[in-house]
Formats: sequence, structure tokens, C-alpha cells
Amino acid sequence: MLSVTNLAVRFQTRRGPVDALKGVNLEVASGEILGVVGESGSGKSVTAYSIMRLLEAGGKVVDGTVRYGGVDLSDPSENQMGNIRGREISMIFQNPRAALNPIRRVGDQIGDVLRRHARATRTTAKAEAIKALEAVRIRDAAARVDAYPFELSGGMCQRVVIALALACDPKLLIMDEPTTGLDITTQKAVMDLVADLIRDRGMSAILITHDLGLASGYCDRIMVMRDGEVVERGTPLSLFTAPDHPYTRRLIDATPRLGARIRELLPVEARTPMPERRVENEPLLEVRNLVKTFPSRSGPVHAVRDVSFTIRKGQTLGLVGESGCGKSTTSSMVVRLLDPTSGQIIFRGEDLAATPASRFARDPRRARIQMVFQDATDSLNPRHTSRQTIAEPLRRLGTGASNDRIAELADLVGLPLPLLDRFPHQLSGGQKARVGIARAIALDPDLLILDEPTAALDVSIQAIVLNLLIDLQARLGISYLFVTHDLNVVRLLCDQVIVMQGGAIVEQGPAEQVMRNPATAYTRSLVAAAPQPPALGDAAQ
Amino acid sequence: MSPRLRGILFRIAQAIPVVIGVVIIGFVLTRALPGDPAVYFAGAAADAASIAEIRKTLGLDLPLPQQFLIYVGDLLRGDFGQSISTGQPVTADLANRLPASLELTLVALLLSCAIAIPLGVMAATRPGSLIDHACRVLVTAGVSLPTFFTGVVLIYLFYYLLGIAPSPLGRLDFIYIEPDRITGFYLIDSALAGDGETFLAALRQLVLPAVTLALFTLAPIARMTRAAMLGALSADFVRTARAAGLTGRTVRYTYAFRNALLPVVTTLGMVFSFTLGANVLVEKVFAWPGIGSYAVEALVVSDYAAVQGFVLAMAFLFVALNLLIDVTYTLIDPRIGFEAS
Repeated sequence: MLSVTNLAVRFQTRRGPVDALKGVNLEVASGEILGVVGESGSGKSVTAYSIMRLLEAGGKVVDGTVRYGGVDLSDPSENQMGNIRGREISMIFQNPRAALNPIRRVGDQIGDVLRRHARATRTTAKAEAIKALEAVRIRDAAARVDAYPFELSGGMCQRVVIALALACDPKLLIMDEPTTGLDITTQKAVMDLVADLIRDRGMSAILITHDLGLASGYCDRIMVMRDGEVVERGTPLSLFTAPDHPYTRRLIDATPRLGARIRELLPVEARTPMPERRVENEPLLEVRNLVKTFPSRSGPVHAVRDVSFTIRKGQTLGLVGESGCGKSTTSSMVVRLLDPTSGQIIFRGEDLAATPASRFARDPRRARIQMVFQDATDSLNPRHTSRQTIAEPLRRLGTGASNDRIAELADLVGLPLPLLDRFPHQLSGGQKARVGIARAIALDPDLLILDEPTAALDVSIQAIVLNLLIDLQARLGISYLFVTHDLNVVRLLCDQVIVMQGGAIVEQGPAEQVMRNPATAYTRSLVAAAPQPPALGDAAQ
Repeated sequence: MSPRLRGILFRIAQAIPVVIGVVIIGFVLTRALPGDPAVYFAGAAADAASIAEIRKTLGLDLPLPQQFLIYVGDLLRGDFGQSISTGQPVTADLANRLPASLELTLVALLLSCAIAIPLGVMAATRPGSLIDHACRVLVTAGVSLPTFFTGVVLIYLFYYLLGIAPSPLGRLDFIYIEPDRITGFYLIDSALAGDGETFLAALRQLVLPAVTLALFTLAPIARMTRAAMLGALSADFVRTARAAGLTGRTVRYTYAFRNALLPVVTTLGMVFSFTLGANVLVEKVFAWPGIGSYAVEALVVSDYAAVQGFVLAMAFLFVALNLLIDVTYTLIDPRIGFEAS
């Protein structure tokens, strides 16, 4: 149905031409779902955009052909291509909220597409849009059709994007990271829905994702890409059980999964023995009856309701939950950037909540609690070199920034010394993460709050950063409060785990036990929603 | 009461402290300026005694707080005082002069938008093209030539050399009679009166100063349109629209342009407010009886009442303008609620 032969794409950049695709071949048969898996820069999205002829200015197809149902897609004029897009081939995107026009009603946006492809007239557009919304199982579609994207949740927006893509019954659906940024249970709901729709309508699909687990759950065949080339293809099972290419092997290893230990995420040659870790009995942090209520026009919002937990010295506590569950509010209060409404934060015997957050920056105890932020790029000052970034806390709260200390920190986090004088945009994602960690541990803190520190990283980089965190903990005896929505990562890194929902703790206990035998229905649904790649050696099944 | 109306009323209420502040600052600043209105009023031949007498009749011998109270009392009664240079009540002067400035500024801005917005859109849809460069050249030239210079050049070309334009002396050639005053805008008043000849005459007078001012205001509007449009065109939702097969026109206008309007409206508001106060030079060059030249003349002779009246009128205008912009926002962008928060 779709066949791409020898596709090569080149981007003109300021630093000269860059080959984004180097001769990619792929075929999608009728009724088949093909998974395209790779890390950032592998060319998986560029492949999709080239098929749709939606490459940005600067990107050009230099070789190869894309044939769809026998038609060479380089032939049609831009206008004819518009007839194919949406009606024959459709696409859904990551970040659904941004993918919708923020100031146009969702019904009108679907109506635009329907009218473009003569599926509706001005008078029938609204009724047809409601049907399209009902097709993606949006409840109360007649009311939602008049909503603006900002009035809908992320999962709901993605359903609208799907409705928009499927409104004109295309034969092929290309999904570009369709669930990135969605909660884990929403991800499952959305993917199950798309899979159903694809099957019911006899469509074909391409699923582009960085998540091998997700791809293996929904695709008939998977191809693995790296640096603009296809390195391996096969069925999910064959890929997982007998990967041919060393890169596939590394990717599978790096994917957090059931039964794997943290060192096993690394390539075989990098698996150093696990360092000895000491968890002491003495509590470092005791949070007692923490409450945070935000006032709002429609009454008070109870973001955190009566949360209590303890972190011991050298221990890692995982804080898990979906967006809006209060985990970020909780961690902001613990890191003393936000004042609790009531409750105590007892740190080494003293109640930190007694010092207002506005004055905590000058408190000597500020140095004892530090934070590693979610987005390694956005949390670094773009005009500071790594050295300046790491020196900042040393100068402000420490005894001064000596070059020796900075070099020592860079060494601890595995940042090569020459990179110390580079700016963030000259560093890779993993290197930026290392700078962020070096900054956080510069003052020898007792407690590090890790706010989804690996969420924006590729899996292979995530594997390295997680292992780095474990090594640092063993060497420095730091305690971690690890905030995340990724249960597979929690299982790897955490001793204890807290599951939050609606501002309250619904379950807590040793991580392994909570993951294996969740006591509450909510935790069970979270665990079930996490995509699980088939474990290596599952060939028997 | 509808939430929108309540929101508007709330915004107006928010403006009250601003106006109070303007009243105080306007009063203090005029008193702080060098110059003595009594000396000016008394004329060149006056002696110390007559100056003192005039000072007494003007109430300038009283202590400042008392003067202020009298001023505020007058304001509350709607009395802006009397201008000592024109001899007219300030309210009458403002009523004459403000429409002249508003007419000039509004026509100039309409003209400017009519050119700058399409230009910015075209430049953004074809970045790096000929039209993009043409846009840049025009915009740079417009903003780098001072208005009094472009004004004089335009007069030289169209009045002196070509003889197409009427003499640059005010709002209406002396052979025409002012239209009956309804709004104070000559174009509107003459149109309402059905007087086509006066309308054309007023329009002829307006063209050159409006073009001068428009050239100057082209730059910020065109630049902002281009930047906002570039941003909107590279947004994810434009990609979605294109992937769904929508045509270039729909994508450009229904999707990108409406989203790009918000920063353009903001810029428009800023440009309007600064032009209204800053078109003194244009008014001077074209002998336009506007509020800018009125204020400058009043300032030169320390005409307290006139300066204060001008400052106050401007403050009211800005408050109204900001309100208008806020309301426009809510019309463009449903995300911006108009609630009293």
C-alpha cells in the first residue's frame, strides 16, 4: 500500500548540509501497523514528514521515491497533495494541545477538514463533526463540539486530534509519538482506542515512537532506526528475543522493564558491579500531615491533603501519580519553594515549614536540600557555561567556587573536563543532565529532589543517568525524593514508593511490593497501563 | 449583569486610581516647571505691582495645597479652568482640538494598517523573498526618517512641485466653511451633512499629514505582524491543519493569521497612544490645529490650566484605549476571560 524506497533527505543548516535520512526503505501492507522506533535524531519523524511532503523549509528529499497505492507522491502538485492529505493519509502528532488551533472551536476545526474534502457542507459540518467526535468515543460530543482546546484535558485533545485525522476515512494513519506528554493511563486509553479504530476500519498505520514497549504492544512489525538509517526490522517478538543489531540490543537493554535491574539497562561492557549502598535507620526527613490548599474563584482547591511520609538517610523514596495528583506540589513544599497551608516538614529534627519559602533561599539549610529539574535544557541558564552553572551554588551558599571543586564535581557526574567551558546549546541532552546533577550535588546536600529528571531523555541516556544517580547515592550517602510518572523507573531506583491520587496518598510501601502486589485498584490500573516489552528470552510464549 | 459587562465596569473602576494619580502628578509637574504665567499674562510692559495683582486674580498667590484643592473642586464640577493664552475655557479648546488630532491619527493608523499588515503577512509567508526584503527596506526607511522631514518632503513634492495637494494650512482650505459640528471629525460631520464637496476638501487636507504619520508608524506594525505570523506559521496546529489537507489560504488566514493578531493588536494600541501624543511635529508642519501643538504652546507659556487639561484628557484617552484593547483581546482569544478576578 505504501512503499518507500531509498529515501534520502538533506537539511540545509547554518553548519552545512545534514543528511537526516540516508536511504530508508519501508513498506506498509494493507491492514498492518508498522512501528518505527528510534531515539531523537534517528530520522523517524523526518520519514513521516517526507511521506506527507510536510518537511520544513530547508529539508529536501534528495533521493528515493514514496509510492502510495501505485502513485508516486512526488508527482502531485501541492494542491493535489492537499487532496491526499487527510483523505488518504492522515497524521496525528505529539503534544495534542499544541496540535489544535487554540482559538478555534474543536468542532469548527473538524468541520474545516470535512468541508475541505467535501464530506460536509457549511450546514452539515457541525452534525458531521459531532459524529466524528462520537467515533472517538468522546462522551457528550454535542456539547464538546463547541469547546476550545484549552477547555479539554490532554487526553481529550488527543481524541479530538484523532477525530480530525480520521474524519475523512483515510486509509493510512501516521502517528508521531501520539502519547508523549500524556499520563500513563490516558496513554493506554488513547492507544487502545486508535488500535480499535484502525482494526474496525481496516486501515494501515505507522506508529512512530521512542518507546519500544509501546511499539511492541501495538505493532505487527517494528523497524529500528538510527542516524537516518534502518538498522533492523522484524516482529516485536523476534526483535526482543533475538535482536541482530548491537544497537537494537542496546535499545532493548536500556528500556526499563519488569525483572530488569538497574545495571542491566546499560550495555554489557558498561555494567560495573553495583556499589554498596547504606540505608540508615535514622530518618532524614519526616513530612507530617502536609496540606496545601489553593484559593480559587470556584472555591478552595485541595492540592495536597494530609500527606505524611519519611525518608531515611541514604534512601530513595518514589513519588508516583498522574498529572494533577499533587506530587509536584508536595515536592515543591519539601524543597521549600512553596509554603504549606499546614503540616510539618521535619528535616534533621528541625521543622522547615516554620521558615517561609521566601526567606529559605538565604537559610543555611538551603544547601542541605537541592533539586534536579525535569527539563535539563530549560533549567540551565543558556548564557552560562557549565562551569558557571556548577559554580553558582558554590559561590552563593558554599565556601566559594574553586576550580578544583568544580573539576571534582564534573568527575563525579562523569562530565569530561573540556565540556566545562561549553554553553548548554553545545551539549547533548545527557551532558546537560549531568551538569544539572553536578549543580545539585555541589553543596553536598543531604536530600535531592529529583523531578522527573529523565523524562525528556532518550532511553539509552536515561539508563546512564539513572545509574549515575545510584552511584552518586552510594558514594555520597544522599537521600532522594524521586518524583515521576514512570513506574518502570520507580521499580529500578526506589526503595519505597508513595502513590498519590487527588492530593492524597492512596498507597505506600516498599517499591518492589507495591509494584508486584498493588493493594489498591488505582495502583493496579497504573501498573497495568505501563507498557511492558516482552522480556528477553520470552521466546517460548 | 453579564460577566463581560461586569468585567468592563471593573476595568473602569481600576482606572480611577490612575486618573487620581494623573491629576496629582499633572498639577505638581506644571507647578514645578520654570516660568511664571503671571509674567507672561501681564505682558512686556508690566511692573512688579501689576504682576502681583495678576498673580492674585489667577489665584497663584495662594499656598500650593490650597491651589490644588481649588483645582480639584473645579474639576469635580467639570471645570477644567481657563486657558490664559487662548482666553477660552480649556474644555472648549480640547473639544475643538482633540477631534482634529484623533481624526489625523486614526486615518493615519488605518492607512498604516492597510499597508503594514498585508505586507507583514506576505513577508512572513515568503521569508527571504523579494517582498520580504522590500518590506524590510520600506519599514527601515519609514522609521528612520523623522516625521517633520518626510512631511516637508511630501509638501515640497505634492504641493510645491506637482501642485496636486492643497496648501498645508490646517484642516480645511479657507474657502470652505466648517461643517456643522456633530462629532468634531470633519470627515464624519461633512458626510453626515451630505456635503460631498467639504468632505473631499477635508480629505485632501488630511492626505499628506496622514501619509507622513503612516510612514512613521508602518515599521512597528509591519514588523510585529511579520514576527507574529512567522511564529504562528511554524506552530504545531498549522502543521496539523496542513496534514489534514487544508488549503494554503485556510491555513494562512483562519489558522495562522487569527492567532498572530493578538500581538499585532497590542502593538497597535501602543503605537496609537504614542502617536497621539507625539504627532506634534506633524501638526506643526501642516499647521494642524491638533492637541499636540496646543499642549506645546501652552507649556511654553506655563499655561497651567491648558497643560493640566491636556494631560488629563490624554489619561482618559489611554484608559479608554486600554479598555478597548482588552475587549478586543477577548473577542480574538477565547482563552482570555474577562472576569473580575
